[in-house]
Amino acid sequence: MKAYLHLANGKMFEGKLETELPNGEVSGEVVFFTGMTGYQEVLTDPSYKNQMIVFTYPLIGNYGINATDFESKKPHVQAVIVYETRDKGYHYQSQYSLREYLQAWNIPLLTHIDTRAVVKQIRTEGVMQGKISLTSECGKFVKEQQEQPIQKVAISQIETYGDGSEHIVLVDFGYKKSILQSLLERECKVTVVPYNTSFETIQALEPDGILLSNGPGDPKQLMPQLSTIRKMIDHYPTLAICLGHQLVALAYGADTEKLRFGHRGANQPVYDSVKKKVFMTSQNHGYVVNKESLAHTPFVIRFTNVNDQSVEGMFHPTKPILSVQYHPEAHPGPSDTTSIFDEFLQTVKNVRREKVYA
Amino acid sequence: MPKDQTLQSILIIGSGPIVIGQAAEFDYSGTQACLALKEEGYRIILVNNNPATIMTDEVHADAVYFEPLTVESLEKIMAKERPDGLLATFGGQTGLNLAFQLHEKGILKKYKVKLLGTPIEAIKKGEDREAFRQLMYELGEPVPESEIITNVEDAIAFAEKVGFPIIIRPAYTLGGSGGGIAASMEEFIFLVEKGLAESPITQCLIERSVAGYKEIEYEVMRDHTDTCITVCNMENVDPVGVHTGDSIVVAPSQTLTDEEYHMLRSAAVKIISALGIIGGCNIQFALDPFSKNYYLIEVNPRVSRSSALASKATGYPIARIAAKLAVGYTLAELLNPVTKNTYASFEPALDYVVVKFPRLPFDKFPYANRQLGTQMKATGEVMAIDRNMERAFQKAVHSLEGENIGLLLPSLQKMTTEELKQLITKADDRRFFAILELFRRGESIETVHQLTKIDHFFLNSFQQLITLEKKAMETNMQNVDANTLQILKEKGFSDFFLANVWDVSESEVREKRKSLGIVPSYKMVDTCAAEFHSETDYYYSSYFGENELKESDKQKVLIIGSGPIRIGQGIEFDYSSVHSVYALQQEGYETVLINNNPETVSTDFAVANRLYFEPLTFEDVLNVIEAEQIDKVIVQFGGQTAINLVKGLEEAGVNIVGVSHDVIDQLEDRDRFYQLLEELNIPHVSGLIADDEGQLFEKAKEVGYPILLRPSYVIGGKGMFIVKSEEQLQILVKESSSITYPVLIDAYLQGKETEVDLVADGENILIPTIVEHVEKAGVHSGDSYAILPAVSLTEYEKEQIVTYARKIVRKLRFRGIMNIQYVIHNNIVYVLEVNPRASRTVPIVSKTTGVPLAQIATKLLLGKCLEDVVEIKVELLDDVPYVVLKYPVFSTHKLPGVDSLVGPEMKSTGEGISIANTLEEAAAKAFHPYVSRKGEANEIYLDMDGLEETEEINQLKNVIEEKQLTVVTEMPFEEWVKRKEALAFFSLKKDEQSSTWRKLALSQQILTFTELETCQLFLKGIHCKEFSVSSIQQWLLHKQQTEKAVIL
Repeated sequence: MKAYLHLANGKMFEGKLETELPNGEVSGEVVFFTGMTGYQEVLTDPSYKNQMIVFTYPLIGNYGINATDFESKKPHVQAVIVYETRDKGYHYQSQYSLREYLQAWNIPLLTHIDTRAVVKQIRTEGVMQGKISLTSECGKFVKEQQEQPIQKVAISQIETYGDGSEHIVLVDFGYKKSILQSLLERECKVTVVPYNTSFETIQALEPDGILLSNGPGDPKQLMPQLSTIRKMIDHYPTLAICLGHQLVALAYGADTEKLRFGHRGANQPVYDSVKKKVFMTSQNHGYVVNKESLAHTPFVIRFTNVNDQSVEGMFHPTKPILSVQYHPEAHPGPSDTTSIFDEFLQTVKNVRREKVYA
Repeated sequence: MPKDQTLQSILIIGSGPIVIGQAAEFDYSGTQACLALKEEGYRIILVNNNPATIMTDEVHADAVYFEPLTVESLEKIMAKERPDGLLATFGGQTGLNLAFQLHEKGILKKYKVKLLGTPIEAIKKGEDREAFRQLMYELGEPVPESEIITNVEDAIAFAEKVGFPIIIRPAYTLGGSGGGIAASMEEFIFLVEKGLAESPITQCLIERSVAGYKEIEYEVMRDHTDTCITVCNMENVDPVGVHTGDSIVVAPSQTLTDEEYHMLRSAAVKIISALGIIGGCNIQFALDPFSKNYYLIEVNPRVSRSSALASKATGYPIARIAAKLAVGYTLAELLNPVTKNTYASFEPALDYVVVKFPRLPFDKFPYANRQLGTQMKATGEVMAIDRNMERAFQKAVHSLEGENIGLLLPSLQKMTTEELKQLITKADDRRFFAILELFRRGESIETVHQLTKIDHFFLNSFQQLITLEKKAMETNMQNVDANTLQILKEKGFSDFFLANVWDVSESEVREKRKSLGIVPSYKMVDTCAAEFHSETDYYYSSYFGENELKESDKQKVLIIGSGPIRIGQGIEFDYSSVHSVYALQQEGYETVLINNNPETVSTDFAVANRLYFEPLTFEDVLNVIEAEQIDKVIVQFGGQTAINLVKGLEEAGVNIVGVSHDVIDQLEDRDRFYQLLEELNIPHVSGLIADDEGQLFEKAKEVGYPILLRPSYVIGGKGMFIVKSEEQLQILVKESSSITYPVLIDAYLQGKETEVDLVADGENILIPTIVEHVEKAGVHSGDSYAILPAVSLTEYEKEQIVTYARKIVRKLRFRGIMNIQYVIHNNIVYVLEVNPRASRTVPIVSKTTGVPLAQIATKLLLGKCLEDVVEIKVELLDDVPYVVLKYPVFSTHKLPGVDSLVGPEMKSTGEGISIANTLEEAAAKAFHPYVSRKGEANEIYLDMDGLEETEEINQLKNVIEEKQLTVVTEMPFEEWVKRKEALAFFSLKKDEQSSTWRKLALSQQILTFTELETCQLFLKGIHCKEFSVSSIQQWLLHKQQTEKAVIL
């Protein structure tokens, strides 16, 4: 069926709708992902909540959807926009085709779109709202949703995994399974807690360290949580990833701002001033920590994006707090920075040893 | 960290003459290295005896040595130039092997030359299988069960332990030469013996075969801070078992999940890091299609054919960046030269699909064994880019210039389904077309998968194409609707193919298509999937979506490239195309280049202002001309490929400068050609045309034996035969299916052959030198040894040569560049052939005389007169005061079944030159790599049986003995070839036994001569053990000085 992608700047693209279109139209922020593999991980990454995702690689769905590479229990994107997809997944693990999977979750799949042309719109004019409809008439754009997407993706009950020696509390703003996996692989016990869990509850869990997860949307939607977050990170060795990293900055009084079109892909170069080399990282963020605003905090910038010099991570000079804007857990994307987890756990162990001997 | 300030001069080793497994890709990487380092201010000293390369232009290096690529020769150069650094990772396996030997022999230390980039230890580990396996074991990276063996007994023991199939890989050979997969003990022993013989260190790796696994490659780069990136990964459509050089390859991988992609990527990064490579590296994996198990197959610690492909596929110039890393830069401080907005420390994101097809030589060698395996056989390759897989495959197929009509290979239609199934199981160059033919006949994807192990994903693409092909056949031009035509075009069906099935002309399809608004748009290759703005005009077409072409108000000239490298049309055309671009840019034009060969310099996006990676078909070329609104089109530098497009483009109203279809036809149509020569009073050999077999015998008699048979339009002497008697003709007609009628019958004059390359402005001509062939006429010019300036011509003969050239040019009002071939017989100069285009000898003539023919020709094509462009007032320049010897280089040992006998059909893949003060020294240099390898060998076997004891043969024997070599005639040949004394085999006979002997000699790497003159040349050089080395710059200076001396 013919369908149309309307962008807020008035541009329209005709394509083919491969699935049903719930309520006859769907809208959301249009973002693009440049990785050439990893669509299954992207679709199920909670950070993409409410966004319509454009894949720049033209053939999406080649290897289908399997049972293992999910980053959460369900897809979170609002719609999927590609050039081509196949009727079948060609892989020994494939269980569904992309279309079957999206249809099952009622997520529209729009194909035969000149995705490169869409990306160029976003690149030059910045991220914008978009709408998929069955008519070439654009109609009105609904104002950007003000709801907090985190509530929709984060858990509401505490969950526990593993039984390792280090006990890490993973504060869930919409965590990716690979973060949990990275901790479990390193023999941690992990307690996943809702994002609005009180400091007292966390204290009662007696964690050895805290991990602030990734999550969707503007970090400033979490202003009310900042004081709790500040208490947590000042009290426990902390690793913060993506949204978590932005929250650390906000909790210390720094500022965040929206990037023109975000970093979403598997090839973002990040310079590590400690290891003195560049790593390829997986990224998915639309907001970033304002570099100047960090001057008023004790934080030291450790990681910088080679392309646009934006802040990719920092550490506290005296407290065991490390935060990264990129995704060291990979999935999708390169695993070059997984050692961040080792560094974090080493810190956790060191702090615990100090406490024991203190 | 900025560049190394301790270096002043750098020696770069090139890869030498083109052979299968080591081709134009090293000219591309070497040229990039020269440019990248030259712009840093280093003095560049380059050694490469391949004259057809662009890297050996005097502008790319401060001193260019056309000297033998041997340790001895390199030591002389080092002693003379005293370079501070050596860069060896840009000259293929040749470069690595030389660096290794220079290190081992202490020569690098002696001359205090620092090896730049990848350290010697890494080269050793990457190349020495034992060291490599040990390292992989330490890293925990799986390699297939394997053993290094140096004798057959150990090999048998291994085979008994692990079972078959087993792969045999000889150490230190090019393109996997000498290896193979054995399924039985008998086959295994044969291959092991062969492999041991071919390996310079008598060593083979034998390993459990993982044939059928997915073959995945990564191009990895690393700098001295240990920052590692993978530029690209590639998936072979043909699973493990077919050499990657002979496989259909796609980029990026299509069937790997993110988990698998990054599992292999992480392994690649770990390996390059552990090896300590600085620069580029190619890593090949075999991945089980049914699990996450993988094996490492190969690591090449240098730039390679794959890195050239990856550079063109992504836009990331690996060699250029690798050269910068070698002198101390880091990835993060180098700008991405495509976007000019981001840095080199990133991994390209593609938003298109790339397909590479190999170009195999079996159209020229139908009798050779065309089965594909671990030994590479392709001479070249084509690359295609599109937004979808199907059109990318189709574009690649259109770029091959094969006998296929679209997806249909007519010769397969005659085969039975059973035969086709056998063909795809064994895999040869026709596999892709055979699979399509099976689908056409209704065979299932599953059947084909079972036989080939090709992934269902790709087979599904192939089947989609057949479904669409049927759709096209079911409709016709009147009835086809816009939607169907749009789909057909988007998926790559050419106007030519549609015209064929709809039985209309191609231009009618074009008109119809355009009337429906179906025209291609052009998309950019920008390394970043449009995430960043890009400055580079590197485009491919798509019949879908938005057009991205940037406007330009400059005058635009299009240069049509020469497509894939094949026997008869090689890298020399790329040289001319690139030079034409340089000249156009000097003249202030916007240069637009179209080509489809990923190995070449012409398809470096930094060469022309705008690069189009497209098939060289009428449709695709005209599309670019229309989209760009091209003012002028140049076809003289793109070999026969570009010439073949002239008629169509001219009819479409395109402004082609310098040559018209009528001129080409006058020169190519024999009747018209002879008429032209007769009008000009130029002698030509007598000739007739036979329309059928009956006429053939009658007219052959009329012309008189010996005769030369040839089809009317030829490249590289394809389908040419010398026939000495009626009996021979009868045998030929009976045995050969390659005589196509009408066939041309020429008297065959066994005279002296010469040729010239000239530039002309319609009136005046300039001939830098006359080239004289060593062998008598009858040996294809590409396969003959040649001397320039000519050594044995009388003044009268030279005058005739020049006069005839002038007459032809004036008669045709010809502008640009032209090649004329002559034969001189009984003091009469005959014109054999006139090519209205650049020829194979253009780079040699240009470089050794200092006259840049292609550049001058370009300026003349733009309308200038000779006197505006050059100061020279004569038609033929004075002889240069040195001897240049051009020698052919063959890859025959990679093509089982091909005889090394030279004749009218070209067989060589490349060429080299040597320059010296005497012919003896030049000959010594030409044969130096061979002779120095042969140590004390001193026997020459003469295949005499039945041969007349002519005076010439007796003379030859005398010469051999004078040179203190031994003539062998009696010993059983099988015994002789294995003797360490065996130096060369002289075989004049054409019968079965001689052919078997030549193949035997070939397998033992014994030099074989099949022409008397070549053997004489070899003997000339044999005792000239000492040779001196000089750069071309020095030779040209010497030339200038002697010229001055004359004037004074």
